[in-house]
Amino acid sequence: MSHEKPILEHPEVPTLFDVQEMELNFGPQHPSTHGVLRLVLKVDGEKILEARPEIGYLHRGTEKLFETQTYPMGIPHTDRMDYTAAATNNHAFCLTIEKLLNLEIPRRAQLIRVILDELQRLASHLVWLGTSGIDLGAVTPFWYCFREREQILDFFEEYCGARLTLNCMRIGGLPFDLTPGWTERLSEFVDDLPARIDDYEQLLTENRIWKRRTIGVGVISGEECIERGLTGPVLRGSGVEWDLRRAQPYECYEELDFVIPTRKNGDTYDRYIVRVQEMRQSVRILRQCLDRLEPGEIRGKVPRVIKPPAEEVYASIESPKGELGFYCVSNGSNRPYRLHCRPPSFINLQALPRLAKGHLISDLVALIGTIDIVLGEVDR
Amino acid sequence: MKVLTPTVLTYIKVVLLVALVPAIVGFVVVLAERRFMGFMQVRLGPNRVGPKGTLQGLADLVKLVTKEDVTPARAEGAVHFLAPVLSVIPALTALAVIPFGPSLQLARNVSTPLYVADVNIGLLFLLAITSIGVYGIILGGWASNNKYSLLGGLRSAAQLISYEVPMGLALVSVLLMTRSLSLVEIVQRQERIHLWFVFPGLLAFFLYFVSGVAETNRNPFDLPEAESELVSGFNTEYSGVKFAFFFLGEYTAMIIISCVAVTVFFGGWLAPFPNTPAFAFLKVVPPFAWFVLKAGFFVFLYIWFRSTFPRYRFDQLMALGWKWMIPAGLLNIVVVAFAILATPGRTTGMVILAWIFGVVFVLMFLLARLRQALTRRDRLAAEHADPAAAR
Repeated sequence: MSHEKPILEHPEVPTLFDVQEMELNFGPQHPSTHGVLRLVLKVDGEKILEARPEIGYLHRGTEKLFETQTYPMGIPHTDRMDYTAAATNNHAFCLTIEKLLNLEIPRRAQLIRVILDELQRLASHLVWLGTSGIDLGAVTPFWYCFREREQILDFFEEYCGARLTLNCMRIGGLPFDLTPGWTERLSEFVDDLPARIDDYEQLLTENRIWKRRTIGVGVISGEECIERGLTGPVLRGSGVEWDLRRAQPYECYEELDFVIPTRKNGDTYDRYIVRVQEMRQSVRILRQCLDRLEPGEIRGKVPRVIKPPAEEVYASIESPKGELGFYCVSNGSNRPYRLHCRPPSFINLQALPRLAKGHLISDLVALIGTIDIVLGEVDR
Repeated sequence: MKVLTPTVLTYIKVVLLVALVPAIVGFVVVLAERRFMGFMQVRLGPNRVGPKGTLQGLADLVKLVTKEDVTPARAEGAVHFLAPVLSVIPALTALAVIPFGPSLQLARNVSTPLYVADVNIGLLFLLAITSIGVYGIILGGWASNNKYSLLGGLRSAAQLISYEVPMGLALVSVLLMTRSLSLVEIVQRQERIHLWFVFPGLLAFFLYFVSGVAETNRNPFDLPEAESELVSGFNTEYSGVKFAFFFLGEYTAMIIISCVAVTVFFGGWLAPFPNTPAFAFLKVVPPFAWFVLKAGFFVFLYIWFRSTFPRYRFDQLMALGWKWMIPAGLLNIVVVAFAILATPGRTTGMVILAWIFGVVFVLMFLLARLRQALTRRDRLAAEHADPAAAR
C-alpha cells in the first residue's frame, strides 16, 4: 500500500545511530553562569557541539549615560560595570579624563591609587577563586576566599564608606585621604595574606581531582589569544608576558618591583596558577607602596568645571580581568561626546564558544569560571 | 511476659527502625553535617533553632512538609510521584539485615538480637535491595520533564551501575575469608579469628568505601546532583515532601554504606581487640555503642570528603571505575584467594595478607608525604629563585 512508508524514510523518526542534538538553555538563571549569562547549547549527550552566548540581560546603556552627564558624574557609573572590581574601573575612567586634560597626579595619590587597585585585584581574584572552586565542586575554598575578601572590603569601607560600588577616585586624584591607622592595619593584613594564599593552594593546587578537572581543559594558544584580543590572566596563562602595568606603566608602577607570572599551556589549570601568583605579586606591590607612602597632596590642580579640549584619547589599565580601557571623544563641552569602554570581560567572553566546543557540560562551568567574566561589564 | 514473643519483638524492631532511622537522619546526621562543614569552612552553621541549633532538623522538616508540592506540567505524574518513594523504601528495607549488636536483655527471660533478621544471604540481599534505590533517581530524573534532570538521571544510571561492580568485587574478597553471606556470621567470624577484616582486606575496604561514596551520590562523586552544573540534577523539579524523601533516601543510603563498612570490615559491634586481655576494659562500652561510634566515623568521613574535594567529571568517573577499581577488585580477589588457599589453616593467609597490605599502605603513605614535601620545596625554591620575590 502506498501510504505505508518504511520508518527509515520518515524524517521525524531518528534511527539508532543518528546523533540527536539537544538544545539546552544554560542560564540566565543558573548557579554557575556568574550572573545573568545565558548560553544556548547544542549538546550530544553531554558533549557540547555549539555554545552560543546570549548577552544583554544586564544592559543599562552605561556608555550612553556617560554622554548625558558631566565628566565627574561618570565615575559612579563605572562602579557598576565590573562590580567585583570597582576601584580599577574608577581608575581607568579617571586616567582617561586626566590624559585628556593633561593632568599631573600627586605622588601620594598615585600610591594610594595603586594600593586600592591592588587590593581590588586581590578581592576580584578571591571572588574568582572561590566561585570557580564552587563550579568544580570544591566548596570550602570559597569560604576562605570570602573571609579575606571581606577584610579587603572592610578596608574599602573605612576608606570611602562603600564596600562594593566604591566611587573611590576623582579626576585628578582621590576624594579623601587615608584614615588614621589604615596603613598599619593594611600592612598587618598584607603580612598575613601569603599564608592564607598557601591555605587555598593547599586545598587545590596539588589536588588530583582539581588537576584532572583543569589540566588540558579549554586550551588556547598565545597567538590565538592575541588574534581574539584576549587580555589579562587568560593571555598570560598562554605564555604571553603582557601586562599593562609593565608594558605601558601608569601611575607609579614603573618604579615598583614585581614579576608578571606566565604559564605555557594555556589551559584552565595554568590560568588558575597565574591568578594565584598574581595575588602573591599584588601582596608584594602593596608592601612596596606602603613603604613608600609619605604625607602629601591627594588631588592635583583640577579646574572647577572640567571642560577638556576637543580631542580623542584612549587610556587603559590592567584590571584584574585584563585590559580595561576607555576611549573618550570630547567636543570641548563639559560632557563627553562619546565615551566607549573596552571591557576585558566582554572581549574575553568571545573566546568561550571556541573554548567550549567539544568539551562536556561539566567543563563548560569550569570554562566560564576560568575566563573570569562579570556580566555587569559584559552588558554594561 | 508472654506478650513479647519473638514475632512481636520483630515487629517492634521494624517499627523502631523505620521510625527511628528517619529521626536520626533528620536530626543528628544532617545537623552534624552542617555543623562540621560550618566548622571546616570557618562559619557557624545552624545555631538558632533550639539550644545550639539542635532542633534545626525539626525546623527543616516542618518547612519541607508545609511546602507546596509542585509537579511540573507534562511530567510523568505517576512516575514522578513514585520515584522518591522508590529511593527511600529500599534504603529503609536494607536496614533490616544490619546487625547493630549481638543481643539485648530486655527482661529476665526475654532477650532479643539487635537486628531484625539474620538473613543467610544478608550481603547479597543488601547489594540487591540498595541497587533498587537507583531507580528512584533515574526515574525521577526522567519523569521531571526537565533536561537538566534528565542529564542527572542519565549520569546516575551509568555511575551507580558501574560502581555496583567494584563494590560487589570488594565484598566478594571478604566472602572468601568468611565463607558466609550472613552479616551476623561475618561479625562473629571476625571475633573468632581475632582479626578485623579491614586488615587482610585493606584494598577491598578502600574499593568498597570509594564505590560506596559513589553509590550514594556524595562528593566527590555527586555528579547526578552537581548543583553547579546541572542545577541539582535529578531533584531539580522536586519540592516539599517528595524532595524530603529523596533527601532521606540519600542520607539513609549513606548510613547503610557506613554500617556495612563497619559490619564487614571493622568488626561490627565488637570492641577493638576483643580477644586481647589488656584491652578488655574497652568492653565497658556496650556493643551497640561501639557500632554507632564506628558508623558515625564513616558518616563523618562523608562529611569530610564533601568539604574537601572538588567534583569528578563524568568521563573521569567512569574511567576511574572501569579502568582502576574493577581491575583492582579482580586482582584483589585473586590475591586473597591465593593467600587463603595456599597457606595452611584458615587464618594464616589472612595474617600474612594483613602484614603485606599494612606495609604497602604505610609505604604509600610515606611516599605521598615525601612527594608533597618535595613539591612544596620546589615551589618555595621557585619563588626564591626569582630575586625580586623577597621583600
